[in-house]
Amino acid sequence: MIEFKNIKKSFGDKVVLDDVSHVMETGKANLIIGQSGSGKTVLQKCLVGLFEPDGGEIIYDGVSFTEMNVDQRKELRQQIGMLFQGSALFDSMTVQENIMFPLDMFTKQNFSDKLIRVNEVLKRVNLEGVNKKYPAELSGGMKKRVGIARAIVLNPKYLFCDEPNSGLDPQTSMVIDKLILDITREFNMTTVINTHDMNSVMEIGENILYLYDGKKEWSGNKNDIIFSKSERLNGFIFASEFLQDAKDMRMLEAKGKISNDRDMDEMLK
Amino acid sequence: MLLFNHFGRYLLMLKGMFTRPENMRMYWKELMHQCVEIGIGSLGIVVIISVFMGAVSAVQTSYQLVSPLIPASTIAQIVRDTVILEFAPTVVCIVLAGVVGSKIASELGNMRVSEQIDALEIMGINTKAFLIMPKIAACLITIPLLVILSMGLGIIGGRLAGVATGILSTDTYDAGLLLNFVPYNVFFALVKAYTFSFIISTIPSYYGYFVKGGALEIGRSSTKSVVVSCVMILFADYILAALLLDK
Repeated sequence: MIEFKNIKKSFGDKVVLDDVSHVMETGKANLIIGQSGSGKTVLQKCLVGLFEPDGGEIIYDGVSFTEMNVDQRKELRQQIGMLFQGSALFDSMTVQENIMFPLDMFTKQNFSDKLIRVNEVLKRVNLEGVNKKYPAELSGGMKKRVGIARAIVLNPKYLFCDEPNSGLDPQTSMVIDKLILDITREFNMTTVINTHDMNSVMEIGENILYLYDGKKEWSGNKNDIIFSKSERLNGFIFASEFLQDAKDMRMLEAKGKISNDRDMDEMLK
Repeated sequence: MLLFNHFGRYLLMLKGMFTRPENMRMYWKELMHQCVEIGIGSLGIVVIISVFMGAVSAVQTSYQLVSPLIPASTIAQIVRDTVILEFAPTVVCIVLAGVVGSKIASELGNMRVSEQIDALEIMGINTKAFLIMPKIAACLITIPLLVILSMGLGIIGGRLAGVATGILSTDTYDAGLLLNFVPYNVFFALVKAYTFSFIISTIPSYYGYFVKGGALEIGRSSTKSVVVSCVMILFADYILAALLLDK
């Protein structure tokens, strides 16, 4: 579980995060959503320590991250895996070398044990037989999967994903979302996902934090969104007429007003 | 003010490199990799410019020595001293500032922009120590060796050009090389080589590591790092000459 309280962050005069508090739960896909520039990435970078918050506290399973010294943070980071927006694979290394890198750095396993582990995680992300390929030879979706494989190779307790669906087609996005959700449940990780992909929100949003202009505007799960009265959230999630109609349908469906296909046809008229 | 800001960040970057390595074997592997990239990778250009520098200085020195009272062996002495004192350490290092400096700046810049440095940080790796330190160490190991090689090749180049153009015989050239040789000059050249190696590795590392933006900024920071490195090499050259060659 990752809890953060009253996180504040500014760059010069620009306030990017203003008193943001929330709890990211273990074994669930925790989503941070919001428009571009709302502070999602800054919040995630504060959580992993790439940015130092100006105020507030971050607590990893009861231990204050904010009060940790450099060595303690280094130790904690070995329990953190991160999937970056552009995958951030080392482009001069093969897929196998990329995934093996954390094992080389932090374990004393011999080569054959490391290779077994690499093949295990590649199999887990449904990507076998690409060990010798370079990142430049892979598609966007494959890169993301290699990024996930590298992130989970050390069995982390916390997984951070920054825009895991950016640049992917809807079908591949769903595959990646499902994979992240399955891995989260399988390894009981605390997974934090930054996204503005509405399919992801509605598919895997078990614990959602909506940021608006650096402030916490709303929190809940994918089912709560349908009934949310927050205009800003509705404007963001159901931006198009199509999505707004879909929301209305879902609300009516939930209220039991649509009971059969004939009613549905009448509604659509 | 901006200059002090840059200088402060540069010093903090250097300070940040000194931590306990996460895995010594990986650091050693990276050092060896950088030694090959920087040392072997620059060997070709160093060989070519050194031979031609020596050859051209032999021909031009002969052209300027019009008095019949000056012996031809003087040409060898002048070639030897100019190559050892200036051409091998300074000119070669300016060329290496372009070759090695731009490579370091663009490599680190690309890693920064594509979030590879962030990925290493998240893993709990001190990126300043893992990415910058081996580059500086590799430059300090290989560049002085390249400068020594350049001294030898420059002198050989002068000999080849002297014989090929009929300016002087090999015996005269060899005899001239041994006349009034001052071993301190080699020491001075090596002091310069170490100083310039540090400049060539740290300034591009600074510009590459702290790059912000995209592909365009990587190019800009790479160019800026080469320009600043060259200016700093010339400045350090003057300071070292004034300090160490004062009679």
